[in-house]
Amino acid sequence: MFVLEVFISGLLSGVMYSLVALGFVLIFKASGVFNFAQGAMVLLAALTFVRFIEMGIPLWLAAIMTFGVMIVLAIFIERFLLRPLVNQPLITLFMLTIGLNYFLEGLAQAVWDAEVHGLDIGIEDVPWVGLEQATGLLISMFDVISALIAMGLVIILSIVFNKTKVGRALRAVSNDHQAAMSVGIPLNRIWVIVWAMSGLVALVAGALWGTRLGVQFSLSIVALKALPVLILGGFNSIMGAIVAGLIIGASEKLGEVFLGPYVGGGIESFFPYVLAMMVLFWRPQGLFGDVIIERV
Amino acid sequence: MTKRKLFLTALAIGMMTAAVTETALAQDKKSDPNKEQFIPVLVYRTGPFAAGGTGIPGGMMDYFELLNQRDGGINGIKLVWEECDTAYKTDRGVECYERLKKNGAKGIPFIHPMSTGVAYALLERATKDKIPVVQIGYGRTDSSDGRVFPYSFPLLTNYWSQNSAKIRYMAQILGGEDKLKGVKIVNLHLKHPYGEETKPMLDAMAKRFGFEVTHIPVPWPGIDQKSLWLQIRQIKPDFVINRNWGVSCTVPLREAARIGFPRDRIIGVWWCGAEEDVIPAGKAAKGYITAAFHSVGTDSPVIQDMFEHVYGKMKGNVSASRVGSVFYNRGVVWGIISTEAIRLAQKKFGVGPVSGEQMQWAFENLELDAARIKELGAEGLVPEIKVSCFDHEGGGRVRFQQWDGKKWNMITDWIPSYAKMVRKMIEESAAKYAKDKGITPRNCAA
Repeated sequence: MFVLEVFISGLLSGVMYSLVALGFVLIFKASGVFNFAQGAMVLLAALTFVRFIEMGIPLWLAAIMTFGVMIVLAIFIERFLLRPLVNQPLITLFMLTIGLNYFLEGLAQAVWDAEVHGLDIGIEDVPWVGLEQATGLLISMFDVISALIAMGLVIILSIVFNKTKVGRALRAVSNDHQAAMSVGIPLNRIWVIVWAMSGLVALVAGALWGTRLGVQFSLSIVALKALPVLILGGFNSIMGAIVAGLIIGASEKLGEVFLGPYVGGGIESFFPYVLAMMVLFWRPQGLFGDVIIERV
Repeated sequence: MTKRKLFLTALAIGMMTAAVTETALAQDKKSDPNKEQFIPVLVYRTGPFAAGGTGIPGGMMDYFELLNQRDGGINGIKLVWEECDTAYKTDRGVECYERLKKNGAKGIPFIHPMSTGVAYALLERATKDKIPVVQIGYGRTDSSDGRVFPYSFPLLTNYWSQNSAKIRYMAQILGGEDKLKGVKIVNLHLKHPYGEETKPMLDAMAKRFGFEVTHIPVPWPGIDQKSLWLQIRQIKPDFVINRNWGVSCTVPLREAARIGFPRDRIIGVWWCGAEEDVIPAGKAAKGYITAAFHSVGTDSPVIQDMFEHVYGKMKGNVSASRVGSVFYNRGVVWGIISTEAIRLAQKKFGVGPVSGEQMQWAFENLELDAARIKELGAEGLVPEIKVSCFDHEGGGRVRFQQWDGKKWNMITDWIPSYAKMVRKMIEESAAKYAKDKGITPRNCAA
């Protein structure tokens, strides 16, 4: 029973990692760039959200207003950062996101503050009593609801990417900027859409993680938890992010509980990376990533 | 001349004019360095530990400001200071020290490193420079042995004293030291030198009192501790020691609530005992207990003076809403200890700015008794302290506070550490350091 409990709590943790990983995947799918600033976007979204709530704005309206801020940010990023760098090497765009990360971290704390804020979105973080009585398993209601929210987000994003015109355009842009533009796909608008969607994911991740940890700078560190998920699942697969999140979550918890005591404990922070590296030897593109075929 | 050239010329002239004006104004404002005491203030205004990195220096600078505004400084010597942001990084802390150490008429009188990592990094440098490294409530524990560490001052209470007092408090809860036998304690600590520092002390105490201690390391940053708390649930401990920092202090409270572990059986280190640690945990934090070496709230006359003389004149260094909070009051305590030592140095060496070497003497001879603390308006806020060449801690007593869901309440009086046991371990560790570094300990009796 204990093993099962560790396994399930790992899966639920993994869903929370997937939620952050999704933001990375979206940007990567649309531009082929690893967005180093995703953690900072989570921080900015959560801080904006909590400060709006502290001003007395209702939760739902604060969420909409924060999404509005993230859309404005997306427009700013496209207009002033990405547009001047169209067709530049990907490493240039990656370096740009490193700069953006530090800019957003500083901006978020300068505009709002660097203090710790409590966030209550109305979901109790207590054991699910019915499940405990029936099975003896202690699972938090908060984790279950978070997992459902993450699943819902994945389904919506999958539909957007696979079944809509915008999704096809996103995939085309991802393959080749110039070719996409030559067939009339508005690159600028696509980039705004994808950064705004990434901002929405950051808001959901920030709200859920912020409820657990408090809204504070450490939210930007949450991104560290998403990296092994991306390596394992592949940088351009939404499904990969969710499956890899589950694998990483479950394996790190099982590893910490059952292997940790033999090596002094505290292996949770690096165990997922070891696992991800092992998968890289077997599938360099990750479990669900696209195989890259270069023709000469 | 083109428009562009014209614009650039005008811009250059404007900038030169501004620079000249500023220099002239600065000359006007320049005061006599022999009438000022310069103090370096290390801060970290952003990043994961910003709550402590602003609150503590804020309280300390406010106390300096209070002395300036209310008393005209210390014996007429105004306190002036400069902030340096370390971002809680050791290399930047060392850089700040090097940049500021020669400021003031006689160099800096001391430094508060604001991090155990920076304290360790500065130990040898500062000893060479003859500048006291003051660590109140943190830092290198074995440097309490002043014979080996003449310029290190882990004042009031070091980590080992704190942990031994925690065990004494647990014994009080259980109904006596004999009741500790067979008790299970989990030491949930950051996997970091700061987190590991108390393990030898707890192991020694476990041996002495017959309790069982399990050390569970929390990998940085400690934002997800589910697996650790599932292990704790298996162990079924009587107490959990929460020895973390920043966000990793908050997470255990939520995890404990999830498995139904009573919060009043979690005893935190004082670095996990601020409002910022419990408010994000919401209801899950209610009942949580931590160690403390000073009181909280705005009741003390010295804190009341802050409102009148500092915030009333718009001279505060943090938001007024933080006055009386744990980190803020801790900063005020640091300010009181530091300035009382300056006062003592002035008494011995004459009124004026004092040097690091003079302050080393002052810290080593510092004594704050109940009468002086009352005179300072800090009754209950600051514990009594008596430092010596032999003992650079000078206190060792701890209080405990409990979160009631809205505020911290003191629930014990001062509880002493197991001083003899702590001292023995300190001397052993310091002797080893002295041997490794080829240091001949001072003879304090001489």
